[in-house]
Amino acid sequence: MPITQSDIEKVAELAHLELGEEELKTLGPQLAEIVDYVEQLNELDTTNVEPAIGGLTPEGERTETSRPDEIFGSLGQKIALAEAPDPAEGHFRVPKVL
Amino acid sequence: MSRQTVEFSVTAAERLNETLNAFLQIDREGALQRAEELERSGNVGPLAGIPIAVKDNICVKGMQASCGSKILGDYHPPYNATVIERLTNAGAVVIGKTNCDEFAMGSSNENSAFGPVRNPWDTTRVSGGSSGGSATAVAAGIVPVALGSDTGGSVRQPASLCGVVGMKPTYGRNSRYGLVAFASSLDQVGVFAREVEDVARVLGVIAGRDPQDATTADVPVPDYTASLTGDVKGARIGFPRALFGKGLDDEVKNSVESVVDVYRDLGAEIVDIELPNAGYAIAVYYIIATAEASSNLARFDGVRYGFRAEDAPELRQMYRKTRAQGFGPEVKRRIMLGTYVLSAGYYDAYYRKAQQVRTLIKNDFLKAFASCDAIITPTSPTPAFAIGEKTDDPLAMYLNDIYTVTANLAGIPGISVPCGLSSERLPIGFQLLGPYWSEDQLLKFAHAYEQLKPFNERPPISAS
Repeated sequence: MPITQSDIEKVAELAHLELGEEELKTLGPQLAEIVDYVEQLNELDTTNVEPAIGGLTPEGERTETSRPDEIFGSLGQKIALAEAPDPAEGHFRVPKVL
Repeated sequence: MSRQTVEFSVTAAERLNETLNAFLQIDREGALQRAEELERSGNVGPLAGIPIAVKDNICVKGMQASCGSKILGDYHPPYNATVIERLTNAGAVVIGKTNCDEFAMGSSNENSAFGPVRNPWDTTRVSGGSSGGSATAVAAGIVPVALGSDTGGSVRQPASLCGVVGMKPTYGRNSRYGLVAFASSLDQVGVFAREVEDVARVLGVIAGRDPQDATTADVPVPDYTASLTGDVKGARIGFPRALFGKGLDDEVKNSVESVVDVYRDLGAEIVDIELPNAGYAIAVYYIIATAEASSNLARFDGVRYGFRAEDAPELRQMYRKTRAQGFGPEVKRRIMLGTYVLSAGYYDAYYRKAQQVRTLIKNDFLKAFASCDAIITPTSPTPAFAIGEKTDDPLAMYLNDIYTVTANLAGIPGISVPCGLSSERLPIGFQLLGPYWSEDQLLKFAHAYEQLKPFNERPPISAS
């Protein structure tokens, strides 16, 4: 499947990436080459093959992951906000949304 | 005693960093303070006073975690990764954070926003990646042990290129809590050391179920050092002949084939096996890993931590500019590819197809392990290549991972062990892959080889 300039722009929009002219120009052919390479998977007949759902082993899948619904310590507001670029009055402040 | 050992490591790290660029942070004061506290407390844990280096995508409280990226700014995580918590409880002292490819995406360390790590065997060459700083720190004798992360070979491949031992355990063996996520179904924390025994020791400390990571499995952790008996008589080593062909450097081929002879001499049985779908692994990997990365890296948006772009008065514009200025080219490329393969209309053609072929690759291994206890391959198709040699060709760079990615796709453990030097005096490594939870056996086999053929060579850039 050929990747067009407008495909690249649409994907960049979905990925929240602002790309410069140069980047748009180089990324197009690079992605096209990689996509072309991964399409070799189409040589394989995978009818009736279950897709893997992750890296889990049978033992991992059997492992009980639920726990009692008990409260335990958390970072707390002050520490959780300490690394924020623009904290304000106990919140993460962001530029205007609308 | 702890203090002296830690001071040696810190001083060596500082002295060699200008040449190697292996560390992004060296915490002299903190490390010495922890070493002194340790001496006072009389901690006799299994790793008491051992200095360690930690890849900069694993959270250590009070230290930076840049992931080799600009987008995290001056981020200092407020908590320890579980593996760090366990190491420090055992007495280990973290001396610094090591350089890596940005968000662990790369095979050469050239994708770090802070410059490439240099190989201590030849500083014009790459260290391998993505955990190149950790591999280099161990190879140069700065620290005896280091942690990395392995998503497609990022511990084993740099271990091979730097001449040290590197192990990625079974998926679910080590906790990923506090490891910054790249591709969650493939990521595992791995261990570097000069000798197999040290890998066994450290793995024994960090492994095991962690309630903070639901993908860790409830499987007992054996005493890995107890399995290092040197006895491999009767062990069945699988030899996938088809993987020793096209694209493999001659010297690497000869070197790894001579390892097969060593195992035969030690009394192991060499069994021919096939992994018919191994050739598709890179294609599968670059769909699954990028899809997961595009989702995982969505969290870097300039709101809760790290860098935020200025001059963006509207929210969505702020996201786009922050990510444009914060991420480097390879990370952008992978986010774009991952977003593309997951986007409407393409999901079935790429992602679902890749997960189906992943099943085939898993099944290949299950079938192979019915007739053997471990599989031997090269770790990397070539020794360390020159810095800059492959940076313009992303696909050529991806092919470096041809021998390592299958283990991550199948979730099985793998270990890379040094087996000699090339004619240009560059390290060569071989890889052993095993069934789920066979770390003890892999360590045993690796150790038996090492006992007979110890790798005693040291690089020209070295701490001692």
